[in-house]
Amino acid sequence: MTQTADPVAPQHAVLSPVILLHPDDNILVCVKQIHSGDALSIDGEIITSQIDIAVGHKIARIALNTGDKVYRYGAPIGSMTDAVAKGEHVHMHNMKSDYIPSHTRSRQNKDRSES
Amino acid sequence: MNDAVSFSGWQRADGRKGIRNVIVVAYLVECAHHVTRRIVNLADDMDVHLIGFPGCYPNQYAYEMMRAVCTHPNVGGALLVSLGCESMNREKLLTEIRASGRPAELLVIQEAGGTKSTIELGLAAVKRLQSEAAKVARVPMYLNELIVGTICGGSDGTSGISANPAVGRCFDALVAADAICIFEETGELIGCETIMADRAITPELGAEIEACVAKAEHYYRVMGFGSFAPGNADGGLTTLEEKSMGAYSKSGSSPISGLIKPGDIPPAGGLYLLDVVPDGEPRFGFPNISDNAEIIELIACGSHVILFTTGRGSVVGSAVSPVIKICANPETYRRLAGDMDVNAGRILEGEATLDQVGEEILQHVIDVASGERSVSEELGHQEFILTYKAFEPIGPSCLPVRQIQ
Repeated sequence: MTQTADPVAPQHAVLSPVILLHPDDNILVCVKQIHSGDALSIDGEIITSQIDIAVGHKIARIALNTGDKVYRYGAPIGSMTDAVAKGEHVHMHNMKSDYIPSHTRSRQNKDRSES
Repeated sequence: MNDAVSFSGWQRADGRKGIRNVIVVAYLVECAHHVTRRIVNLADDMDVHLIGFPGCYPNQYAYEMMRAVCTHPNVGGALLVSLGCESMNREKLLTEIRASGRPAELLVIQEAGGTKSTIELGLAAVKRLQSEAAKVARVPMYLNELIVGTICGGSDGTSGISANPAVGRCFDALVAADAICIFEETGELIGCETIMADRAITPELGAEIEACVAKAEHYYRVMGFGSFAPGNADGGLTTLEEKSMGAYSKSGSSPISGLIKPGDIPPAGGLYLLDVVPDGEPRFGFPNISDNAEIIELIACGSHVILFTTGRGSVVGSAVSPVIKICANPETYRRLAGDMDVNAGRILEGEATLDQVGEEILQHVIDVASGERSVSEELGHQEFILTYKAFEPIGPSCLPVRQIQ
């Protein structure tokens, strides 16, 4: 890592393994591998992560309820299908597309939709 | 500084300029693929590329794509290899390539005595084409004569934060220098249609952009799958619209000057959206079965260079035009450094800014346009895929820039 004194470095990347992409977002994006037990600072509050979270994955910035829109880049990217607490992993198990359902290698037909 | 940037191009008879002088060897049906591949392998030259169309049934799109690729400014000559009974109009294709001022030859396996003799004849033809292509004049070429396409492949949750917006900065600099920039994959812009339409230079173009994304959504719904791969989810992306928002940032912040379809050459400098989703009721399956089907469509629109961003780590290149690979994820970069030109993951580790990586990508574009080999080019990647599709011509509102001129 470079030093925090570097004036051109984005400070969020230096200070935290998660970054806020837009002030309206209700999720944060992991930019450095988080291990279970790591302490995370979310809007000034320290949360202990209960799981490993890989780079590129999302955690909840605030507690979210079923049906809540998820915001990233300040834009809606889908809806919650389950409630999560602040700091928990937000992904396929608790969130869905508002357009076309996503598929995985093991889930290829269950959510198949026809227009 | 961009006004001063120049490099050496190949002057083509149609007025366009190329940054490579490639000989393409094209099979016109899968039945001629082996013979064609053997010719290319035995020619053993980094600038002799294998392309082709596997289908025996006629398809206007495939013909137009073959014509556009064989007459691309990076191409100095073409050898067509036909089995003899397929539908591709080989004589018309040969005539059109020659009319573009390029040397072109045709071999029909059924008339040339079969596999062995066609390979021998093909090798001799490639040598003749190479010596003709070597006579093409080298001329100075400027950024405002360059066409740059962008695509993302193997995206993950970092793509939209580092590599894609860095390409967007590079696109902004290129558009400011009056280059043509093309972004694509309307199926991966689902969810961005409204904000994208607001950037169109006319309201009518904005309406066309919204309609083309609606078409893409309908098409993918019928297919039953969005443009979303399992690897996207492994990398933290959850939904198609999340992937879209990240992909969209490749376009930068310039106004959108036009909406084109595969094979359309943008008429003037600016940013263009390429509609890659077929028109009419869904036929022939998925719009683009893998990344290279999109890359070759960008090339058919004249792209000299392709900027390919990846989070999970794609290794592909392309026939005809060099591919520059920009890695979004620092962990992926460490695993696949030998396949990447630019490490945009540095942005996430606080070691570089978006502006710095954008500048670096622009410098790679200039270097590759000046003849330096991109990493995938050096590794011999020359992927090519062309399948069945159907398109209607673009509407009158799609290229307002042409009406202004």
